[in-house]
Amino acid sequence: MMQEETGQPDLSADEQKLLEELLSEDINGLSPLGEQRRNFLKQVAAAGAAILVSQLAGESLFAHTAGEEAFVPPPAADPATAVQVAFKVNTAGRSLTVDPRMTLLDSLREKLGLTGTKKGCDHGQCGACTVIVDGRRVLSCLTLAVTCEGKSVTTIEGLAKGGTLHPMQAAFIKHDGFQCGYCTPGQICSAVALMAEAKRGEPSYVTADLRANPGPVQLSDDEIRERMSGNLCRCGAYPNILSAIREVHRGKETAQSWQFISPDQTAE
Amino acid sequence: MRPFKYSTSSDARSATQLLEVNPNAQFLAGGTNILDLMKEDVERPDELVDITRLSLTGVQTITTGTNKGGVSIGSLRTNTETASHPLIRQQFPLLSQAILAGASQQIRNMATNGGNLNQRTRCPYFYEVSMPCNKRAPGSGCGAFQGINRMHAIFGWSEKCIAVHPSDMCVALAALDAVVKVRNVAGQERVISFTDYHRLPGNTPEKDNTLNHGELVTAIEIPPNPFAARSYYLKVRDRASYAFALVSVAAALQTEGTAIKQARIALGGVAHKPWRATEAEQFLAGKPATEDSFRQAAELAMKGAKPFEHNAYKVELGKRAIVHALMKTV
Ligand SMILES: Cc1cc2nc3c(=O)[nH]c(=O)nc-3n(C[C@H](O)[C@H](O)[C@H](O)COP(=O)(O)OP(=O)(O)OC[C@H]3O[C@@H](n4cnc5c(N)ncnc54)[C@H](O)[C@@H]3O)c2cc1C
Ligand code: SF4
Ligand code: FES
Ligand code: FES
Repeated sequence: MMQEETGQPDLSADEQKLLEELLSEDINGLSPLGEQRRNFLKQVAAAGAAILVSQLAGESLFAHTAGEEAFVPPPAADPATAVQVAFKVNTAGRSLTVDPRMTLLDSLREKLGLTGTKKGCDHGQCGACTVIVDGRRVLSCLTLAVTCEGKSVTTIEGLAKGGTLHPMQAAFIKHDGFQCGYCTPGQICSAVALMAEAKRGEPSYVTADLRANPGPVQLSDDEIRERMSGNLCRCGAYPNILSAIREVHRGKETAQSWQFISPDQTAE
Repeated sequence: MRPFKYSTSSDARSATQLLEVNPNAQFLAGGTNILDLMKEDVERPDELVDITRLSLTGVQTITTGTNKGGVSIGSLRTNTETASHPLIRQQFPLLSQAILAGASQQIRNMATNGGNLNQRTRCPYFYEVSMPCNKRAPGSGCGAFQGINRMHAIFGWSEKCIAVHPSDMCVALAALDAVVKVRNVAGQERVISFTDYHRLPGNTPEKDNTLNHGELVTAIEIPPNPFAARSYYLKVRDRASYAFALVSVAAALQTEGTAIKQARIALGGVAHKPWRATEAEQFLAGKPATEDSFRQAAELAMKGAKPFEHNAYKVELGKRAIVHALMKTV
């Protein structure tokens, strides 16, 4: 469905009411994320709100019959057990009041609006939630936010400098290191940390001689595969992820393996 | 996840005191196992005592006592830092290799040595709270005994529990004759030999090891040994990486010419604790370091195996894995 560039989409009265409900201050005032969520929803509205609204209408209808709200905000921290925590996220100092149960992953996504970090399994099994804490890649789904006091967290949002992508981000795009993109923020954070691990000379299970003098490691393809095994990709973009990491690690431009469809192929 | 209180501690004394006064409190180290289990409602502590700021992170040469010349490893050192440490790589490459065979880089960056020792079984019935499991709910029965037991024990099990200990690191530590140092709230220290640290299930499978509530693992000590030049950790799993062991073998040899002077063999994925194949080790002493000797040793190692409906494959796999690991050392 096409929309006018600036105009509001055509909505029925019911749809308009639902959209307003969804955008109401009540809902958006609940978290510091509210402002962003509202802007996001407005953008989405301009792009194709009718589709979104019809979906949400279905969901909220379902939710209402089940006697629940369409949107359930994250539970407020119980004042009795709530904890203050301050840590740096992508160089900016952040201070939060969290329930001790809240993971770093949920605090990034739900409290700080940094939704680049993804929740795949929430059990340490997929790597989608990988972020870099004090220079090391970790799983934010198995890290409690309260344990991050004084630490420095880097997420996918913090890798680009100004308008310039991090070389690993650029290489993932060049080599087409993804399909759906869901695992990609985790893959890229993991790969960025991997470059530092190789420089520090950290070994892996496939390192041939563990007793050899530790020095910067030249990563073979097998080394990269083993060291990236904590990041699963359901789309199977592994060969292209490998190409991207190999290029950044070697610091030498290599041609990507994909190419645009040729005019002949289009004609066929 | 159920609500809990988050407490911090700055030293071993305050950490053990917090557990002493609260029988439902548990230590939080890297969190990679306990938080997962709390999300599944398997572990239900009402207080977590964060011990990650304790200074038990040293890796150093032991200068006095029975383990003089060996290495002491702090319980709160991370798995990655332990495996990468030059002392460990030089003197106990078997330990580095075993650690690196486990989990993923992200998890090893978080996981501590003390947490690795105390991680719980990956038995799927233990994880699924709607299923019977004597380890999780004593007296409820063992879901795996007549259920899907492909990943389960072939040695040392009881009718109460047939789970295996999932750690790779611990298999190497068992082969290396390590000891575990623990301290209690009164500041008293106990030194437990590694093979006595974890226990067999018997009638009390809810107890994985011999640690008492409130005791803190402070360090692991490995005595000096002559195996650094000839050791190998082989892990056989369902996929090439990032999966728990079906069977694993920590193998180490000391040779004199072509003869074996002494051998160490420990198996993972086969019992409720890392399983030392002492009979096979004794058999190898004095024998030539050949595939033929290794085959005979492997037969001995697997002699008493009692597999279940779905894990009989572990007996033959175990034999081949032992031969393969030993061949890698020569
Ligand atoms: C997806 C996934 C795959 C994995 N694959 C493997 C694998 O292939 N091989 C393998 O070996 N492991 C594997 N692991 C397990 C991992 O190695 C353990 O979770 C980790 O070692 C636990 O360490 P931790 O510091 O995070 O412990 P925590 O989760 O913090 O603690 C675990 C337990 O130990 C207790 N504890 C911690 N420190 C001490 C101490 N100093 N004294 C007394 N008690 C203490 C805690 O109270 C808790 O009960 C995997 C984990 C995941 C999530
Ligand atoms: S094998 Fe042990 S852990 Fe698994 S269901 Fe039986 S009692 Fe529980
Ligand atoms: S979401 Fe953290 S590992 Fe899958
Ligand atoms: S790109 Fe889809 S999961 Fe990796």
